[in-house]
Amino acid sequence: MSRMELTDIIKEENLVLKKSALLTDNVMHYCPGCTHGVVHKLIAEVIEELGIQEQTIGISPVGCSVFAYNYIDIDWAEAAHGRAPALATAIRRLHPEKYVFTYQGDGDLASIGCAEIMHACNRGENIVVIFINNAIYGMTGGQMAPTTLLGQVTATTPYGRDAKLNGFPMKITELLAQLDGTCYVTRQTADTPAAVRKTKNAIKKAFQNTRLDKGVSFVEVVGTCNSGWKMTPVDANKWMHEHMFEKYPLGDIKDI
Amino acid sequence: MAEVKLMKGNEVIAETAIRCGCDGYFGYPITPQSEVMETLMLRKPWEETGMVVVQAESEVAAINMVYGGASCGKKVMTSSSSPGISLKQEGITYLAGAELPCLVVDVMRGGPGLGTIQPSQSDYFQATKGGGHGDYHLIVLAPASVQEMSDFVALGFELAFKYRNPAMVLADGVIGQMMEKVVLPDYTPRWTEEEIEKISGSWALTGKKKNREHHVITSLELEAHRQEVFNEKLQRKYREIEANEVRYEAINCEDADYIFVAYGSCARICQKSIQLARQEGIKVGLLRPITLYPFPTQPISDLCSKVKGFMSVEMSAGQMVEDVRLAVNGRVKVDFYGRMGGVVPTPEEIVDALKNKFSI
Ligand SMILES: Cc1ncc(C[n+]2csc(CCOP(=O)(O)OP(=O)(O)O)c2C)c(N)n1
Ligand code: SF4
Ligand SMILES: [Mg+2]
Repeated sequence: MSRMELTDIIKEENLVLKKSALLTDNVMHYCPGCTHGVVHKLIAEVIEELGIQEQTIGISPVGCSVFAYNYIDIDWAEAAHGRAPALATAIRRLHPEKYVFTYQGDGDLASIGCAEIMHACNRGENIVVIFINNAIYGMTGGQMAPTTLLGQVTATTPYGRDAKLNGFPMKITELLAQLDGTCYVTRQTADTPAAVRKTKNAIKKAFQNTRLDKGVSFVEVVGTCNSGWKMTPVDANKWMHEHMFEKYPLGDIKDI
Repeated sequence: MAEVKLMKGNEVIAETAIRCGCDGYFGYPITPQSEVMETLMLRKPWEETGMVVVQAESEVAAINMVYGGASCGKKVMTSSSSPGISLKQEGITYLAGAELPCLVVDVMRGGPGLGTIQPSQSDYFQATKGGGHGDYHLIVLAPASVQEMSDFVALGFELAFKYRNPAMVLADGVIGQMMEKVVLPDYTPRWTEEEIEKISGSWALTGKKKNREHHVITSLELEAHRQEVFNEKLQRKYREIEANEVRYEAINCEDADYIFVAYGSCARICQKSIQLARQEGIKVGLLRPITLYPFPTQPISDLCSKVKGFMSVEMSAGQMVEDVRLAVNGRVKVDFYGRMGGVVPTPEEIVDALKNKFSI
């Protein structure tokens, strides 16, 4: 048998992964190893597979993913820090035929925007919320987030998060699941191909749910911020496994 | 069909919003303007015109709902009073920075802090000079009657969309609470998606179509030089607004030696003061700014050669008087009379103040 050439491999029938047509060619500004890029890719794929590019409006947050609008080719509004669920509320009510989602970090959603997410969930807005929990404020240089673990070192907890000084890691997702206005609340991650596939399925289900007018579909993705955590991407994934999942267990919390 | 009714200023805001094809109202209760949302909830416009009404969890959320709705090219509005408007400032500067049209109604009460629920005009600076951060302006309309509460809802939306800029109706608690005869406008249907496409299709979020680039509503530009270019564009817009949109009313100014400058309910009171003063032989007129931004600088300047002085009358410690001084620029005397904390001045005390300050 003759030697296999590259051109023998790069063929339509051998294709296992393709860049979504909705992902732009803009070079992502995320640090190598960052979870944001992976989740962006999944959202683009879901929107493409559902064929809803023309009906989807995204709301980007303030945080590292503020520029999400540069990467997914749909109409976007960029919200003030924490306010994305308020924008989404109005957009979805004024456009009941549209798919509306917010994309928010843990500082954005669980700290400054705590009231907005609580009440959007409590009103049962028919929106999707994608929540990236990396237990830190990535964008501003790695300060403590509400989700930062006890003992975790950040720029504002240089001796580790101390419950006496800083309170406790906040399980906002469990809190939101308590509200009658949420219909689907799940916590996923994106560190292995299997986890990525699960997360994609969760995101797809969340988008489909908004057609059923059952309330908020909320997908938390536990992720890494290797820059903020001051680790290599590999060490960050290891640290996430060893520490994050204990406090933030994966799986569906609510599905009605 | 136009209808004549006896109504409260705040109720008229709600009624006119429905009639002029408003798509959405987002608010949070606060005295003295709670009747706006109460009237809407009672009227149930979603059954009639499809207008969306949401009681938000806070003024912060309400203004950000406005931001969301405005991003879609919809006619959306909120209303509040002073402490609530302070909370809205973040959203207002984002709206200005993203060049989004919307209407914000402020029915002022006395401050600072929780202050009082009585009427005031002590948020002139906040409304006309920014309030939020950054170099921006709102188009600020100051109604002096219940009729103008109605007229300025439609006018506010018109100017907001003309310039892609938030507009504010700056009323005081008196105008919000008082009842007067009002001619309500005819019903204008809400814009269809096709009309929105025509009016705001170049920027609004309507869902990315194959034949156009995606739309992004944002106020973010990290590169300093590009941010400066954007600011220059905003400033050109403000100069255009200043050149084209100044509105004011001049009453008894032709033969006047002294001019009251007053807006809102103070302008109404000053009209009585003019009668009283003229009975004593003191020739006084009134210049009533209708737009507080853009301020009627030129009309005031033009009067300088004919009059002995101006007295700004406000329910504040003296805010608009600064703009009067800038317009007069030292040519004649400018003084101020005001009451604070929710106290409404009487016509008589205004005349006394004029006589005192100008040694008449
Ligand atoms: C009103 C306001 N306060 C503070 C900031 C500064 N700021 C920007 S992003 C951010 C935290 C973002 O953290 P998170 O939401 O967790 O996003 P990440 O970068 O980790 O993805 C803060 C505090 C801001 N932009 N606006
Ligand atoms: S700082 Fe953290 S969250 Fe931000 S891009 Fe880098 S790894 Fe991602
Ligand atoms: Mg974070």
